[in-house]
Parts: sequence; C-alpha cells; structure tokens
Amino acid sequence: MAQDTAISGSSSPGPLVDLDVVEATLRAALDAGGEWAEFFAEDRESAGAVFDEGRVEEMNSGRDRGVGIRVTTRNVTGYAHTADLSAQGLTDAARTAAAVAAGRGGIVKMTPLAGPGTASARVAVLPASIGAERKVALLRTADDAARSVDSAITQVTVRYSEGRRRILVANTDGVCAADDQVRTLFSVGCVASGDGGLQTGRETVGYTVGWELFDSHDPAELARRAARRAVTKLAARPAPSGEVPVVIARGGGGVLFHEACGHGLEADLVRKGASVFAGRVGEQVAAPGVTLVDDGTMGHEWGALAIDDEGHRTQRNVLISDGVLTDYMWDWLRSRDEGRSPSGNGRRQSYTHLPMVRMTNTFVTNGEIDPDDIIADTPWGVYVAQLGGGQVNTATGDFVFGMTEAYLIEDGVITEPLREGNLIGNGPAVLAEIDAIGNDFAMGSPGTCGKDGQGVPVGDGQPTLRVRALTVGGTAA
Amino acid sequence: MSGGGWSRVSGHGGYDTDELARLAQGVCERATPHEEIEVCVSTGRSTTVRAYLGEVESLKSGVSAAIGVRIVAGGRQGFASAGSLDHDVVADTLEAARRNVSFGEPDPHQALAQPDGALPPGLDLSDASVLSIPESDKIATAIDLERRCLAADPRISGVRVAAWSDAWSQAALASSAGICAQSEGGSCSVGVQPLAVSGDETQIGYAGDAARRIDELDIERVISEAAEMATGQLGATKPRSERLTVVLEPSVAAAFLRVVSSVLTADSVLKGRSPFADRVGERIADERLNLADDPTDPRTLGATNHDGEGLAARRNELINAGVLQGFLHNAYTARRSAAVSTGSAVRSTRSMPGVGLHAMKVRPGDIAAEDLLASVCDGVLVRGINGLHSGVNPTSGDFSVGAWGHRIAGGELAEPFREATIASTLQRMLLDICGIGAEAKRLAGGMAMPPLVIADVALSGV
Repeated sequence: MAQDTAISGSSSPGPLVDLDVVEATLRAALDAGGEWAEFFAEDRESAGAVFDEGRVEEMNSGRDRGVGIRVTTRNVTGYAHTADLSAQGLTDAARTAAAVAAGRGGIVKMTPLAGPGTASARVAVLPASIGAERKVALLRTADDAARSVDSAITQVTVRYSEGRRRILVANTDGVCAADDQVRTLFSVGCVASGDGGLQTGRETVGYTVGWELFDSHDPAELARRAARRAVTKLAARPAPSGEVPVVIARGGGGVLFHEACGHGLEADLVRKGASVFAGRVGEQVAAPGVTLVDDGTMGHEWGALAIDDEGHRTQRNVLISDGVLTDYMWDWLRSRDEGRSPSGNGRRQSYTHLPMVRMTNTFVTNGEIDPDDIIADTPWGVYVAQLGGGQVNTATGDFVFGMTEAYLIEDGVITEPLREGNLIGNGPAVLAEIDAIGNDFAMGSPGTCGKDGQGVPVGDGQPTLRVRALTVGGTAA
Repeated sequence: MSGGGWSRVSGHGGYDTDELARLAQGVCERATPHEEIEVCVSTGRSTTVRAYLGEVESLKSGVSAAIGVRIVAGGRQGFASAGSLDHDVVADTLEAARRNVSFGEPDPHQALAQPDGALPPGLDLSDASVLSIPESDKIATAIDLERRCLAADPRISGVRVAAWSDAWSQAALASSAGICAQSEGGSCSVGVQPLAVSGDETQIGYAGDAARRIDELDIERVISEAAEMATGQLGATKPRSERLTVVLEPSVAAAFLRVVSSVLTADSVLKGRSPFADRVGERIADERLNLADDPTDPRTLGATNHDGEGLAARRNELINAGVLQGFLHNAYTARRSAAVSTGSAVRSTRSMPGVGLHAMKVRPGDIAAEDLLASVCDGVLVRGINGLHSGVNPTSGDFSVGAWGHRIAGGELAEPFREATIASTLQRMLLDICGIGAEAKRLAGGMAMPPLVIADVALSGV
C-alpha cells in the first residue's frame, strides 16, 4: 500500500485524518447531546526482533490505527473507539460516545479547528528506514559480547524494538494538535549458572529517538554490563531483613520517587481522596533539598512527548520544591474542574483507552554531596545499584520497589553482592528520611508505568541519595 | 480520509466464526510450496462503565478486530499482526510476515503444529447472554455497586472505582498444516475500590469478580471483601522482622503458584531459565501439593477447547504428591524435546504462541477452615501482596514481595500489619508447605484455590 511506504519512509507525513472529517465527527457528537467532544486518532507501527540461544528467534511487526471519540457533559464521560475509519464508522462512534451524555447538556457550538500544529520531528534516522540486516547484526554483536564475558554465561536474550506512534487530537474548544513519536529500545538479558543455581542480569536502553540511539550507546558494552551483573550475582548472599540505611545509585532510583510520591501527586487520585498527599500543597512533605520535577519536554528521554494525548503541550512541572509540595499533575478534565490550566499529563495507552493523569519523566534534581562521600559516610547499609519496578498503594503511601543489583555497605565501603528482593517503605515517611543527596544526577532505564490497566512509557532519574531507613525484604537476619 | 490510506473495505463485528475461519483459511491458501502459514483472526466488542457519586462517571465501548500471521519457511519464522481485518490490511500483514521470515534464522525444530488426533474437550463456552444485557442494567450494576459498598460500613468514606465491564469475542485459527479451530465467548466483570477512613488514616480495599454470565457474578462477596479489606487494615502497623509461618489466603496462594508454574514450561527449561529443569520425577514440593493445568473445567474463564496453535486443550498434571510430573509444551518445544505438545500454546491474536497454563488447579488439603489458624498457632495471615513483578526472579527462585494482612496469635486472628515483606525462595517455599486448606475458594474468573500454609518465611518490617 503506497500510504504505508509514505508513513514509514518520510519524516513529515500528512495529517492522519482530514480535518473536515474530524470536524464533521465532532459536530455529530455535539448534535447527539454532548457539551464537549474530542477526536483522537492514532496510527501505530511497531517492529521487533528477539535473539535467543545464539540465533534470531523472532522477527515481528505490528500495525494499529483507530479513533477514539470522547464526549462529556458535566461529570459524565462517554467514549467509543473504532478501527472503522469511514465517515459512517466515525459518526457511529460519535453517536455511541454521546449517548450517555445526551439530555444532560444544553446547546453548544464548536470552535472551528485551526491546526493541526505539528510537533517538530526529534528523530534523525527513522528506524524503519534501516534494513533488518543491520538490526540483526547488532543483536549478534551483543550476544557475542555477553558470552565472551565469562564461561558462566549460559543464556543470552537480546531484544530490539522500534515504535512509531502518530497521533492527532482535536476538540470542540478548537484544540487541534498532532505528534509523531518514535521510540527505540534495546535490551540484553543474561543467565549465569554457578554452584548456587542460576542468576540473571539485564541492561536496557531506550529513548524517544530513532536509529541514532546506537551512535551514543554501544550494544556490546551494554551486553557486557548485563553479563557481568549476572556473574557477580552468582556470589550473592541473602539480603538483610528489616530496616536498613539504603544508598541508591544515580539513575535507577527514580522509580522510588515514581512510587513513593509520583502516583500520589496525580490529580485524579487526589480528587477522590485516594492519595496521602491530598490537601497538602504548601506543606513540607519531603526533607529539605528534595526537589521533584515531572518534565514531558525532556529532550530524548523515554517519557518525552511534544503534546499529551489530549492535545496540550507538555511542560516542566515542579511538584516538590526544596521539600515543599507545590503542585499536582493534571489532565484536562481535572484542570477544567479546578479552573486552572492543564499540565500536559493527560495520557492514554492507545485509542482504545480513556486518557487520565500520568507521569512523563519524573526525577529528583541534584544535591551538593559527592556520591563517594555518601557511601563513605554509611557505616552499614545496602547499596542499590540497579532497581527493578515498583508498586504503590496511593491511599496509604506504602510502596515496594525491587532491587536487581545490590551490595552490602560495611564501614563505608561497598562489599558483597546481595540476592534480589523488594524494599518496602511509606512514601511520606521515606521522603522525610532522605538525609543525603548527591551531585551526580542521571536518568535511569526506560520504564512502562501501569495504572488502571493502561501502560505508558515513562522515564525517571535522580542523583545518588540515601534514605536513613528502608525495610529490605531479604531473608538474612 | 487523507489520501484514501485508511479505506474501509468491510465493517467490524459483522463476522461470525465461520466467516472468520474462511478468512483465515483464505490467507493460508496463499502459502507458497516452501511456506507454512498460520493465521489467527478475531473480532471483539467491549463495554466498561464506571460509577462515581451515584452517577455514571464514564461509559466506554468499542469494537475491535485483529489478525496475526505466522510464517515458517526453511526453519525460519516470522510474525506480523494488525488491528484490522480490512482486505488491504490483511494483505499487508501477510507480506510483512513474509519480510520478517526472511531475516529469521533456521532452527530445524521450527514448524507449525500438526494435527495430532486428540479430541478437544467439547466444552460449550459460547454463552451469549452478556450480549443481551441492556446498557441500563450495566449502568445500574455499577451505581449499585458503589452505593452498597458505601453502605457496607460507616468507616467507608468513598469509592475510588466502581466498575462494570463486559466483552464478547470471536476467533478462528487456521494453518496450512490443516489446523482449523474456532471459538466465541463472552465475559463480564465487576471491580470496586472502597476507601476507609479513621482519623488521619485512609486505607483502600479492592475486590472483583469475573464470569461468563452476569448471574454467576458474586457481587455480595465482592462488596463484603472489598469493605472488609479496607476497614480491616485500619490501624495496621509495621511488624517486627522475624522468621515465621505464613498462611497465604487463596488469592495470594494463586499468585505464588502462578510464579512457580511459569518455570514449569518447557520453554523456560530449554532456555536454561528454570530452577526445576532436570527435576522430573523428583520431589520438588511437600507431598501435600497437587498442581495441574486443567482447561477442561468449564467453570473457569481459563477453560478452552483449543490451545493457541489449535490443538485440543487437555488436563496436564504438573506436580503430584510433591513430585514433578513434567513440563508444559507447545508444538515447538515438544519437537525440540522429542516429546508431544501438551496443548499448552498460549497466545493472543497479536502475539506468537508461547507456552503457559490455561487454568491452574490445586487440590484442596485436609485442614478444615475453622482449624486453619489454630493449626498455625503463631504466624501471619497474608491477605495481599504487591511487587510480584519487581522482587521475584523465577529463574534464580528469589521470592520477596510486599505483604499485608493480620497476625495470628494463639491460633486466633490478631492485629493487622502493613509495610512489610515476606521472602524465601520458590524452591524452599514449595518444600516448606506445611498445610493446605480443605476448602477451596472461588476466585475471580472461577478458579478454585485453597489457602496454603508455609513454614519458615522471613517477614521483614521494623
């Protein structure tokens, strides 16, 4: 199909759907009884390769395109999605979405659409323009590099994936915007086998960039790091059990803040009283020196977007400034109710989902301490070099996050590797217990944040920092 | 439409399973002499209603269609999928799969599933009653769920989510090897998250249910469980760290055994990622444990007539009296292991078939419900866990999860605890099982699961 070639080969394709079709659909939604209506179109292409057991195991690709129509009247939202993009299919979806709102609103007019304003392309080389041979060669390079690290490496899985997501959002307020999001990801997972059983090591890089990802990231080096991690863990001893001072290495620990307070600062949870941070703007909620930012505009980071999935520009939002809670994150619905501007945090997994408040790139800014001094100043504790995912109960603030590479700190020195496990803490308590913040800020690995069944790409980051006491879920006394 | 790129050739939702099967077979017929083609096509529709403050907060509905094409040629494999069954998309997907094959690398064991003569269990899973539930009933159910949850206890201050969902899907799978399977079926579910408040403290509860028919949903249980979970946690404190005996409530026991099951697949064994490789015929668990995969029990949503490659679904014993019976196979792992497929290919239309369980089944033990706590005397009752994705490594066996519940003191339920973890290894926990409840509880989706008692687990808190 000629259009497919145009989409995958060009950096500036035409609009996803003609604007007159968009306008007609929005009018149909209002005619059917809505006060406000939104048109969200998405065209997503993905491709990936899996290299396992020393050979290309799988090459895959996927394509999705569809439209979601949202209609609101006061606090009632109707939503319908369809992959049938004929004028009739779209009108049917608009009427379906409007049905639940019908009879609740008055007569409203729509503001004509001016756009779409298209976000600037941030991608140098579209991954789809690169031949599969070169992708396969990268996978093989990584596999070779991982296996050459140590004979204990018994299994290597290398994954490459690329995704391009073009969206068009328009609503009856006259908002009309488009974005073209390209993400590229590369990961290596290794299994090492020793006397004590099996251990794993993983490394992942992913950015909102194209094939230029590999200009700045060497797949072989990534693979060696993953392999060394697995081999190191063969000698790991059980992690401690109980409250321990914890030093978290720069980068990966951002997930702590994502869970400890990020979700609790989402306005939809705050509004329903399901956040421990509700009603606390202006209060000291973290130790002095802690500044937390959510920034969707952040360069090529994994959670970067030009616009959110409601058509609003992303921005840099300071959530906690020097320990004081300054603001929550907002989507359009919640910000409208509060009579304030949205913060660019309305996101959705796909056109089949309703948008809600989501993080983008969430991070703690630099402190002033040399990270080596933080470790040297810790007589006994746990050093977490790499974190896995996490999960939070926003109502209580209790959160867990996993450590996939950790060491004991003894007399101010990093010593033995520890086995994997979760750490558990309470968000507000942990924020107050941060007693050292390093000056070595870095962003961490790409993540997928799940909320109410929807996953979206997010980034996080932080400098090396120490929490005075966190419960480590190990098995050693 | 811009440039006609998104042309509509056929509408969605207008297919029956015979038409889907013909569509899939039509694509398979385009196989060249050197190709094997497997095509999965599906259509679906779904509705979700959320209630808030006695009104509809949102009503979402949609129709969907999908195709997944897998091609094997010369031992190479390629896969492509798309979210539409329009003629041009189907043709593009076939071509994309062919391109992907050309970059795969040969594996002599790679081939599509061959018909094996096994008869499917002949389950009737196509109850269409969800299709005739009026929208007004769905809305009423969600609003009623919120109202009754609020009324369940004076300490319930609000309900974050009260939701109804239903879905209907039809699918067909065909291959050039002669496989042809069809299925259709529906489901409905409810879920609720109440907030309980006492002084400055807020706790959240959650419960849900899912079934094929609305009259199989136990909404009364959902409300009482969710309310009890939220209020029961009020006043919970962080426990001291110690090693003790834990009672895993059925939902927690199921989550634990699902992790174990994930490394009882031939896929994880062949790839050196299972701590139980080479242990077939050996005792890997306490002799009280009997674990099977049983997709032939129509009471569960996991029940199915065919696996993800169109072979007959069947019951497979995994652990009998603590002894590992074998691993689950799909066609590829079976060929590579010189075994036969156990009908355990699992997939969605949009993904390649992997290996996994359809419907886990655990045989109840001999501890009567009223004797369960007394049998432990002192320990903890774990009612919920979190962080299964972050602190558990099924390959090494490390198991460490956030946990909450109640202490057990003198054989009685005592104060609630939170902000704690429980940790051990999968290998040890299976051997440390020291009791299984006689009463299996029906979980959301119909799985029946007894509580498990496990000795010598590390509880980490203060």
